[in-house]
Parts: sequence; structure tokens; C-alpha cells
Amino acid sequence: MSQIRKSLWRGALAVAAVAGFVTSAAAQMDLKIMAPAAPGGGWDQTARSMQQALTQSGIAKGVQVANVPGAGGSIGIAQLVNNSKGDGNQLMVMGYVMVGALLTNKSPVTLEQTTPIARLTAEYEAIVVPASSPIKSVKELAEAIKADPAKVTWAGGSAGGVDHIAAALFAKAAGADPTKINYIPFSGGGEALAAILGGKVTAGISGYGEFESQIKAGKLRLLGLSSPANKATADLPSIKAQGVDLEIANWRAVVAPPGISADQKKALTDAMDKMAKSKEWQDILKAKGWEDSYMSGDAFAKVLNEEVARTKDVLTAVGLVKS
Amino acid sequence: MEAFVSLASGLAVAIQPMNLLFALIGVLLGTAVGVLPGIGPALTVALLLPITFKLDPAGSIIMFAGIYYGGMYGGSTTAILINTPGESASMATALEGNLMAKSGRGGPALATAAIGSFVAGTFATFGLALLAPYLVDIAVSFGPEDYFALMCVAFVTVSATFGDSPVRGLTSLFIGLALGLVGIDILSGQSRLSFGVPELYDNIEVTTLAVGLFAVGEALYVASRRHHHEEKLEPVRGSLWMTKEDWKRSWKPWLRGTAYGFPIGALPAGGAEIPTFLSYATEKKLTKHPEDFGRGAIEGVAGPEAANNASAAGTLVPLLTLGLPTSATAAMMLAGFQQYGLNPGPLLFAEKPDLVWGLIASLFIANAMLLVLNLPLVGLWVRLLAIPQPWLYAGILVFATMGTIAANPSPVELIMLTAFGVLGFLMRRFDFPIAPVVVGLILGPVAESQLRRALSISLGDPMVLLQSPISATLLAIALIALMAPFVLKGLGRFKAVED
Repeated sequence: MSQIRKSLWRGALAVAAVAGFVTSAAAQMDLKIMAPAAPGGGWDQTARSMQQALTQSGIAKGVQVANVPGAGGSIGIAQLVNNSKGDGNQLMVMGYVMVGALLTNKSPVTLEQTTPIARLTAEYEAIVVPASSPIKSVKELAEAIKADPAKVTWAGGSAGGVDHIAAALFAKAAGADPTKINYIPFSGGGEALAAILGGKVTAGISGYGEFESQIKAGKLRLLGLSSPANKATADLPSIKAQGVDLEIANWRAVVAPPGISADQKKALTDAMDKMAKSKEWQDILKAKGWEDSYMSGDAFAKVLNEEVARTKDVLTAVGLVKS
Repeated sequence: MEAFVSLASGLAVAIQPMNLLFALIGVLLGTAVGVLPGIGPALTVALLLPITFKLDPAGSIIMFAGIYYGGMYGGSTTAILINTPGESASMATALEGNLMAKSGRGGPALATAAIGSFVAGTFATFGLALLAPYLVDIAVSFGPEDYFALMCVAFVTVSATFGDSPVRGLTSLFIGLALGLVGIDILSGQSRLSFGVPELYDNIEVTTLAVGLFAVGEALYVASRRHHHEEKLEPVRGSLWMTKEDWKRSWKPWLRGTAYGFPIGALPAGGAEIPTFLSYATEKKLTKHPEDFGRGAIEGVAGPEAANNASAAGTLVPLLTLGLPTSATAAMMLAGFQQYGLNPGPLLFAEKPDLVWGLIASLFIANAMLLVLNLPLVGLWVRLLAIPQPWLYAGILVFATMGTIAANPSPVELIMLTAFGVLGFLMRRFDFPIAPVVVGLILGPVAESQLRRALSISLGDPMVLLQSPISATLLAIALIALMAPFVLKGLGRFKAVED
């Protein structure tokens, strides 16, 4: 037993030593950031990147990251709303996926109960087909789906997630019945990618980062991104510019608990404003390939409300949420 | 030939002193976390990512690979000694390994696990170096219908874990299948059997079930029997090391385990559990000492352990060639690559050959390090069994609880652990085998979702299961494996009548 303990301690000490090293001394506030997911996922990586940027730039003295995994964030948000009321040092990372998860899980706690602070990053959805597919453009895919939505099989992430919603919105914009789409959810990005590469499905839909290296290697054909038409380039065409009105982004943001004072809200918002401009944060965005979509205060609160309403409509239309 | 040249240059990268140090840190950390149930290599890599950000990419990726291999070793140590599988892939090892440990043969069990892991890891790493580009094409052509057929083969063969009574075995299997339904259904997004408890939405954690049934259940059972008669454990009976006979009985299972583990690990939805159970079943069928199974058969440790480690190398095939992460740890390693702006995929071998081959070479080194670290420790580990039973089992309970809440800090998880412990106790008390419950929880949801995916893609046409050649072959194998015992029995009876 002593051997296990020894090696565990050794590991713990090494971790503590390096962690202590990155924390800088100059500072103002102590922050707690909750990642409502297990270590390793997108929300966790966002929380830990924020920790890195906030401490290295000296915006915060100490930042603790806690993971509260479970049910697409439903457990984390319940904890934030019920246990952290009025705590001006607490933040929670969340994202578009949580909007859908709270609706499909019939969560008793909603996003309206939290205090929106800022949107940080965004990733556009990409629609791809195998390189050998006869479908060459968004228009051809739209025609196929209009002819018979069930015959076009989609591979993507979990049911009710952003990939599923984007596929339903695509069908709707193409003039087909979104309730009839044949969307096949896969658990990890890897499994969906294997099904697309193996030609088991008509098209794949997921964040651009999932497909990037396959597109560059010529194994997948990128039909388009769910980006605004004016952001399109030759390499990264937009779906909207090709005549199908689909615009959606998988964004990540931070919210604070309910019941915080106006001063506390301002302090948190200021800290985020400063972080978003810091070199440390910009470097992280570049390294991770995250698109900067920073937006704070009332503008973000308004966007959040719109996204909740739109998502509810789509999920009701595809039958995942009963109105 | 080209691969050997690249591998040699990779070795030159890997034996740089700094990289050796990273590999050593990796295997030590990996062994430590593999020992704790619940905390696996994936969690460790995730927690280390922000820290390793400043390090050199080659060094930190080599360290992650060390953690990955080390976790596999650590998991088997606790499985053998205290019947607490550190991760689900070590479950098959626990079946015979713990029985061996209890009858004083813990030394040979640990040794065959360590050497088997080394042999399998080495062969599989060669496979990774030489076959990766070819294997990956086959792996990607595996569709949902083929996975479903593979699950059918697995279901038929796991009957080897059923013990003597098929009825009891099937009862256990169905308990596992029912538990597998709990949580959000991946295809429809709706929750099943979770009774509005949000913690149940994410399905029942395999390690919570395995640790509850195996470790907690056994602790309760031992406590309940104590007044009847005290079972004296002898830490060492006979040789501490593997005898000539042990070697003779181990080498074939090592190779067969590798042959299962590497290709199945390379499949995008293959995993490490299926090859370990297939290997266990094969060894039980092929052994010349069937009387030992159920009492601690060395073949039943050698095979699954080799399969476990070979599948770890297999997982790296789709990760490095396609950028497909097929296990939680592989997903974290992918995140590790990405934080240095490297995208694993078809271009990685061409763009960063020194990094890829350095990683492959360091896998050999990590493997050798683990063998050197683990073999001398065998004598020390076995002394654990000399601890008086009440203390040992109290320690196991603390250890199991700690691991479970470290992985998922929630009271619901602890209640589940306790409930599964009581279930494990009752099953042991009334002589039901417990392994099939865990098998059901692992295979059930996979089989279900793959079948439904296959049918969704074929628009509901069941013929898709027979039209794919891979699926048709696998289903035929499953059918033969299912019918063969009955046919042979019938023939035997027919002959007896003729005589």
C-alpha cells in the first residue's frame, strides 16, 4: 500500500508544483469557475483556458476550476442556481449545447434564472460528404433532402445537440419537413467521423474542427459552413451564400449565479472584458483554433434569450421536446 | 523497410534524456492512477493538459503515452490482488487473477500479467508501426451492422463467464442488460428508467458497477462469513515467480490475447472490454486444465491482460492515422496534440514524422520501463495479502469509495456503489455469477445503439445485417458458436445409441 501512496503523492506534488508556478502574484479577485462537465470536454477546456489567461495576465489572483459533470450540464446549473445564489466570485461555463440539453431533460432549473455575463467563443458547423460522394454542393444536398428527407442520412453528435438542430434547420431551409430527417447520433466525434469516412451515411455535420484534417487531406469534401455569408472564403464557403438560409454557431459563454448585486455583475463583466482583450487569451484562442465571438452585458443576454426561443422551436419541431 | 528506418530515427528522439524522463513520469503517474478505481488515464491527461502547455510537444505527448500504458498495468494489479478492477478493461483479469492470489499464487499472476502486457504491448506497437495505414482502411469500413454482429459474437462467447448454471448466468446477464437501459438513450435523446434523477441521465458508470459488485460485495460477504469459519489467506504458496509450467501455460494465451486486442482496439468503436472477454472465453475453451478455471487458472490472467494492452496500442491506429479518438484517453491525447497546433490525421505522418515515430518508439520504452518497474514490485505487492482480513477489507472499502467519488463527486454515485455492493453480496450468497452483470452493462447499450443505427441507415430493412460481408461472417461465427455444443452433444448421444 505504501508504494501506491508514495507514487500518488509524488504525482500530486508534481502537479501542485507546476500549478503553483503558473499562478502569478499580482491580483485583484479570487474566482471560482465551474465546468458543468467532466474534465477534458470543451467546457472543461474553456474553464481551464480561462484560468490560465486570468492568472497569467494578473486579472485574477486565484482561479479555481471545479467540475460538476452530468446530463449535459443540467446538474451543474442546478448547483449554480441553488447553492451559489448571490456569490459574486462564481462563474459557470456553458454553451449552446446546454440550451438544448436543459429543454430535452425537462430541467426544473432554466437559463433565465442565471445572470448572463459574456459570450467567449464560437465554432461554426460544417457539412461534409465523403470524397467519393456524388453530392458536390450545398444545392445538390438541398435538392436530395427536398426529394426525400428520410433517404439523406446524417451523422453527427448527440440527439438534441447543436449538430442535430443544425441538420433540422438545414432541412427546413431547404424546403423539406424537418420532422422527417434521418439523423443518426453518435456518441463521440470519432465514431461519427468513421461512419462518414466509411461512406455509411450521406453527410456529416459537426463542428469544423472535427473535420479539418480530413478535409485538408482530401478524404472529405466540405460543402459549407454555417457562418454568415460575408465571412465566406474560397476555402471556407458558407452555406448561406449558396442559397440555403442556415446560420448557427456553437458558442460558449459564462454565466453567474442568480441574485448577485449590480456591482458584482459589473466586476465580473469587467474582468471578462479585460480577459478577452489580453494577449494570453488571444494566444489560447489561436492555439486551440477557437473563433473569438466576444460579447458581454445586455447584448449577450438578448442573444441568449433569442437562442433559447429558436432552439425550443426546432426541438419541438423534431419531436424531442413536447410543448 | 521504410518503417524500420523511421522507427530507428524515432528511437533517437525517444532516448533523449529529457524524453526518457517524461516517459518515466508518465508511467509512474499512469500506474498510480490505474490503481485507483474510477480515476483513469483519461482524467489524468485532462488535468495535466493545462500544465504541460509550456513543455515541448514531443516530451508531453510521450508522457501521455506513458500514462496510457501505465494505467493499463496499474488496473490489473488491484484487480488481481484485491478484486477491485481499476478500470473496466481489467475486469476479466480479476476473475481468475484474484482466485490465484487467494490461493497463494498472486506472484505468478502478477508476473504473467506484467510479462503478458509487455509481450502484447511490444507486438502491438510493432503492428502499429508497420500495419497502421492498411489496418485503418478496414477499421473505417466497419459499419453499425458489423459492430452489431461483433456484439453478437461477444454475447455468445461470454457465456464462458457464466459459471456452471446457464439459468443463473442468464439471470445475471439480464440484470446487466436492464441496468444498461438506464439513462438518456443516445438515439432518441429521451431518458429511460432514470425516474427524474439527473445523475442517472448519464448511464450507469461501468467502474461503479464493477467495483460495487466485485469489491464491496466481497467485503460484505467476507464480513458475513467471519463467524462461521475464518478463511486464512496465504500470501505465498509455492514459488513467488512463474514456474516452467506457468511459462508453458502462459505464452500461447499472450499471443492469442494480442491477436484479439490489437485489431479490435483499432476499430473505431472496438474498445478494450470486448477483446479481454473474448480472450477469457477462448482460453477457457482451449485450456488443458479446465479444472483450474474457477479456482485460479493462469491462462485466464495471461490472455485478457495481453488483450488489454494490445488494444491500447490498437487505439492509437485510428488516432494517429485519421485523428479519430476512439477512447476517452485517446480523445484527451488528441486535445494534447491540438494544443500544439498539430492535427493528427492522414497528414501527420508526412508533416511531423519525428514526432509520430518518436511517440511510437517511446511506447516501446514505456513498455520496457513498466516491466522493469513492476516485476521487482511483485514480491512487495503480494505482501498486501498478509494484512489481517478485517483490515484489508476495511482498506478496500475506503479505497473503492474514494476512487468512486474522486471520479464523480455525487451522493447518488455513492448510493449506487452501496446498492451494487449489496447486490453483489446477495448474488454471491445465492451463487449467481457476477461477471455477466458487468458484461451486460458494457455490451447491451453498444449492441442496441449499433443495431438501431444500422436499421435507421437502411430505412428499416433488416437485410442490411446480412448484406455486409463482415456482418454476415461474424453472425455465422456467432451461430456456429451457439449451436456447436448442442450439435456435438447430439452426435455424442447418437453414437452412444449406435454402440
